[in-house]
Amino acid sequence: MSGLKYTQEHEWILRDGNVGVVGITDYAQGQLGDVVYVELPSAGTEIEAGGQAAIVESVKAASEVYSPVSGKVVAVNDDLADNPGLVNESAEGDGWFFRIELGDPSELDDLMDKAAYDAFIAGLK
Amino acid sequence: MEEALLFEQGAPGRCGVDLPEPSRGENRLGGLERTGDIGLPGLSEPEVVRHFVRLSQKNYAIDAGLYPLGSCTMKHNPRLNEKMARLPGFADVHPLQPTSTVQGALAVMDEVARWLKVLTGLPAVALSPGAGAHGEMCGMMAIRAAIDARGESRKRILVPDSAHGTNPATAVLCGFTVDPVPSDSRGRIDLSALKAKLGPDVAAIMLTNPNTCGLFENEIREAAAAIHGVGGFFYCDGANFNAIVGKVRPGDLGIDAMHINLHKTFSTPHGGGGPGSGPVVLSAALAPFAPLPFVVHGRQGLQLVEAPNGEHGGQAFGRVKAFHGQMGMFVRALTYMLSHGSDGLRQVAEDSVLNANYILAALQDELSPAYPGPCMHEVLFDDRFLKDTGVTTLDFAKAMIDEGYHPMTVYFPLIVHGALLTEPTESESRSSLDQFIATLRALARRAKGGDAAHFVQAPRLAPRRRLDETRAARNPVLRWRPPSPAQAAE
Repeated sequence: MSGLKYTQEHEWILRDGNVGVVGITDYAQGQLGDVVYVELPSAGTEIEAGGQAAIVESVKAASEVYSPVSGKVVAVNDDLADNPGLVNESAEGDGWFFRIELGDPSELDDLMDKAAYDAFIAGLK
Repeated sequence: MEEALLFEQGAPGRCGVDLPEPSRGENRLGGLERTGDIGLPGLSEPEVVRHFVRLSQKNYAIDAGLYPLGSCTMKHNPRLNEKMARLPGFADVHPLQPTSTVQGALAVMDEVARWLKVLTGLPAVALSPGAGAHGEMCGMMAIRAAIDARGESRKRILVPDSAHGTNPATAVLCGFTVDPVPSDSRGRIDLSALKAKLGPDVAAIMLTNPNTCGLFENEIREAAAAIHGVGGFFYCDGANFNAIVGKVRPGDLGIDAMHINLHKTFSTPHGGGGPGSGPVVLSAALAPFAPLPFVVHGRQGLQLVEAPNGEHGGQAFGRVKAFHGQMGMFVRALTYMLSHGSDGLRQVAEDSVLNANYILAALQDELSPAYPGPCMHEVLFDDRFLKDTGVTTLDFAKAMIDEGYHPMTVYFPLIVHGALLTEPTESESRSSLDQFIATLRALARRAKGGDAAHFVQAPRLAPRRRLDETRAARNPVLRWRPPSPAQAAE
């Protein structure tokens, strides 16, 4: 998918007008292993850039998911409640976590594009 | 052979005891008495005994072999502890008895408290917390109370990224927010990163020492001075105190509060044999806020302060547990302290560190140590030695089961890739360690030799093969349900 922006904490965000769709990267789901539970924020929650937004729990570990940008959560992916495996099957697609109304669209400029993120994870071994 | 549940083994009419027919007279249940069968299985005593013995034989226990779970300290539970805990004067007392009738039990509590204060160099202790994480909560509540008493509203708790998961959980439960501090390339807290995060809103730092990488935080005094410099408190997770007991007094390091897992450092039973016990030692700054109850020396012998009185407990933040704590564990821990003596406890720490370093030295060429240099009481490897073998840390751990060992802790601490954390404890002899080392060497060579299939299929010799952890977590079956009457009739 093109147009995704990435964080060093392995989240991605896709801009859709004044809203960003956020999830964890395919690399992150691979590291986590089978995801068994996702705790999502409630709609209306205000989050700072880099603030904790969700928790993803796999058979190996529970990890915090941070919001790449500041803003207000406007929707969450309810499908993850019944089918957390979506995160493994389609981390950067149907396994999205939440939609956030962008507090400051310029924050997206600070994030990595696909090429930069690929180089970043290549450096992690 | 599959072991059926007791409910599946039972048959109506069988019975292990002969009870008198209950009187069917008046009761005071107000019409709420049960009318149907309660569904207990009918079983004879040998059936019940054999069921539990068979289950225990499928289990792995510290009484059966080396139990190398790092961070858990599965050390031997001396039988003398058990003998003492079963003395009628300890086993048969009730917490509501008049204190004049339980002076011996109170003396045990007072003596455990004295030992803990001497060993930690801190002036006060709360004995009542029921386990390590509960002790953390108690310590953090004391810190919260001290901050409130100053009229401050500090919110932030600094927690290293190598911490036990209970540390951030405790901070959040006590109403704080968690700010993670990175570790440096030596597996220790990054002191400059810590200092950069300090400010007037920092309530405390929660640091484990030795830390979860099995390393001594050698800049801990500087960290303590820095946190105190901004008016914050220093909480130490004392889960690994067994590595330094008798060698280092946490009070000398600038620590304000630290829990001590009696089941780790002082050999009380652990896991299913519990219950745990997590007393918290407190600095002079926190001592006034210690929770009730506690034992004091009064005019009529030892007394239990259960409510604030004019003399004691005026600033106590409350209680964390009904009654006084895990009395049976106090007896066991004191037995361990007295039977070892102060020199023996020092040797416990030395031997636990020596044993871990023996394993490190013997395996460092075959496995990959996560950090350079010697370790404390636990030895940490990462999964670089398994690179390109097709074998993961999990596969390696499962293969250990087929070799007759309980695996070490895996994938913790989280900051180390594919972590394998081994804690042999002081209980193991050199020959026991040599056998363990030989097993790990052979497995590592087998993995590197291309026999990934051996690992992927493991365990083959355990009562259960590889479990479907994903399905168990996604679709947990949390209780047994009796078959429907129609099925039962078949």
